[in-house]
Amino acid sequence: MAAHGSANFNEDRIMSSAYLSIEGVSIEFPTPNGPFKALDHVDLKINKGEFISLIGHSGCGKSTVLNIVAGLYQATEGGVILDGKEVNEPGPERAVVFQNHSLLPWLTAYENVELAVKTVFKGKMSKAEMRDWIEHHMKLVHMDHAMHKRPDEISGGMKQRVGIARALAMQPKVLLMDEPFGALDALTRAHLQDSLMEIQNEINSTVIMITHDVDEAVLLSDRIVMMTNGPEATIGQILDVELARPRERLVLADDPEYNHYRAEVLRFLHERHAKPDVPVSKPAAEPKEVVATQTETVVEKEEGPQLKLATSEGKSKQEEVA
Amino acid sequence: MATAVLDKLESIGGFSPLVKLARGQQPLEQINTMFRAVGVPILAFLIFLMLWSAAASQVNTSLGQLPGPAQVWHQAGGLWEEHKAERAKEVAFYERQEKRNAAKLEKNPDAKVKWRTYNGRPTYFDQIVTSLITVFTGFLIASVVAIPIGIICGLNNTLYTALNPLIQIFKPVSPLAWLPIVTMVVSAVYVSDDPMFDKSFLTSAITVTLCCLWPTLINTTVGVSGIDKDLINVSKVLRLSWFTQIRKIVLPSAIPMIFTGLRLSLGVGWMVLIAAEMLAQNPGLGKFVWDEFQNGSSNSLGRIMVAVFTIGFIGFILDRGMLALQRWISWDKSAVLR
Repeated sequence: MAAHGSANFNEDRIMSSAYLSIEGVSIEFPTPNGPFKALDHVDLKINKGEFISLIGHSGCGKSTVLNIVAGLYQATEGGVILDGKEVNEPGPERAVVFQNHSLLPWLTAYENVELAVKTVFKGKMSKAEMRDWIEHHMKLVHMDHAMHKRPDEISGGMKQRVGIARALAMQPKVLLMDEPFGALDALTRAHLQDSLMEIQNEINSTVIMITHDVDEAVLLSDRIVMMTNGPEATIGQILDVELARPRERLVLADDPEYNHYRAEVLRFLHERHAKPDVPVSKPAAEPKEVVATQTETVVEKEEGPQLKLATSEGKSKQEEVA
Repeated sequence: MATAVLDKLESIGGFSPLVKLARGQQPLEQINTMFRAVGVPILAFLIFLMLWSAAASQVNTSLGQLPGPAQVWHQAGGLWEEHKAERAKEVAFYERQEKRNAAKLEKNPDAKVKWRTYNGRPTYFDQIVTSLITVFTGFLIASVVAIPIGIICGLNNTLYTALNPLIQIFKPVSPLAWLPIVTMVVSAVYVSDDPMFDKSFLTSAITVTLCCLWPTLINTTVGVSGIDKDLINVSKVLRLSWFTQIRKIVLPSAIPMIFTGLRLSLGVGWMVLIAAEMLAQNPGLGKFVWDEFQNGSSNSLGRIMVAVFTIGFIGFILDRGMLALQRWISWDKSAVLR
């Protein structure tokens, strides 16, 4: 099995030029009742500047995928290659935004970001440059007015903003977000999503975000990766979201194409309670094509004409913008 | 101006009913609050004194009647008078020596003069100071040893499993059991013609160390091992060096537990010290109690009772001091500490 995995590894490496590739990743956790296989052959290629959402039911191993990319877990089989280098330990080029913000409660917002900046840019930036860099990122997340407050003095949404600032200030190659807005109320979440889109517009970083929220996934992502339920979870379907950017929440609320994507994800989540019957042997190699056929087959069964309408509309829209 | 002072006072805890009373806000309620906060403890103390007085008069010992509050107060005054008399004698001694030597030098500038230090009996207050120095020496040694070991045990589960049985075995050992061993070891190891410390001091301090090591060690371990896993992940993502991780993440998050341990340790140390001083004859409060017991005068029981109150009061102050230190060092000013 391992030999097979490594053979695949080399082959894919030559064939693809993806920025970040997750290749045949499986992971087993030892338990008293024998090993528990949480992930089974997860393959995913991500291009530079792409915003990917991982969505799936609770306990399906979304966080495990993220932790493997972060280097916090080691895959049992397969591996992760980022910018031509294999990932085998955590590091600041793969910054993580944790669900519960994980700010050091004894440091102010500024000091929290400073700790990261001082560690990552030690010897590469002068003190003044570091200060500018930190303040720039505080402005980016709209936290410049409260940057000298401690985490217990600011709201949950603000804490998460600081968490994002800390991650971005590390200048990561890929930003990993583990349900970043999961613990926030709906309004705050919407604000943060808008901020995140604004930031993404500006710096165009590569992002993997885990979410439970279908709207969030459709609104923010370039591609939505839907995972089957665990154990032995894997990628069930990948949906390309070809909505033009910049995206406006209010405009999209009435947009049929947006609603189509939304329905698509919802349907997946409702239908796939078990492992999918559709074999997804190598979806990551040509993700776009596979997805296209998959969406069409699913949709044709239930609402064929509408899809065609939606896609053509979306394409013409994109052309207009371009 | 007056209102500014009142505002300031109000912000300090405990004064707010008084301030509100001064402002004339619901005077009855304020008086009621004040009575509950201050009046009730005072009343309880008065009842205690009355019961004590009544009970003491019923007990006759070979040293006379058990002293009541009045006799103890009288003895406390006596100890203060003795202290003042001793200090006066000391001053007089140095004055006499000064005069004598000056006179000698006047007659013959080359004369050899002797300067002697006053070797009077230590007073009760000198003994308190000795006890404090001894307990802090022991406590500091214990803290310096226990905190680092606690941190390492908290981070490394294997080491914790290895050390835990030893900790559990040594933790409940009485100072009285350690003392003979410590005495013999100090006598054997600490051999010097011009000793910097008395052996009795070292024996007492080390005994204190051996007994107040454990609460700090155990609490530090628990505090360190209970660090939020996400914070450890943050430090992994940042690739913090081991030392930076300890300094920036482990220590701050374990501070509350470390202080809980230190407070317990200091309490244990102070309690143990009295017993250690009794047997090691270190000239502190323990020796005072022992000497009074051996002395067996009609004043002895009263004087021992004064020592009992002194020990209790100092113990209380030490605990409050540690609490204040914790408040000052801890980042979480909103935490309720009691």
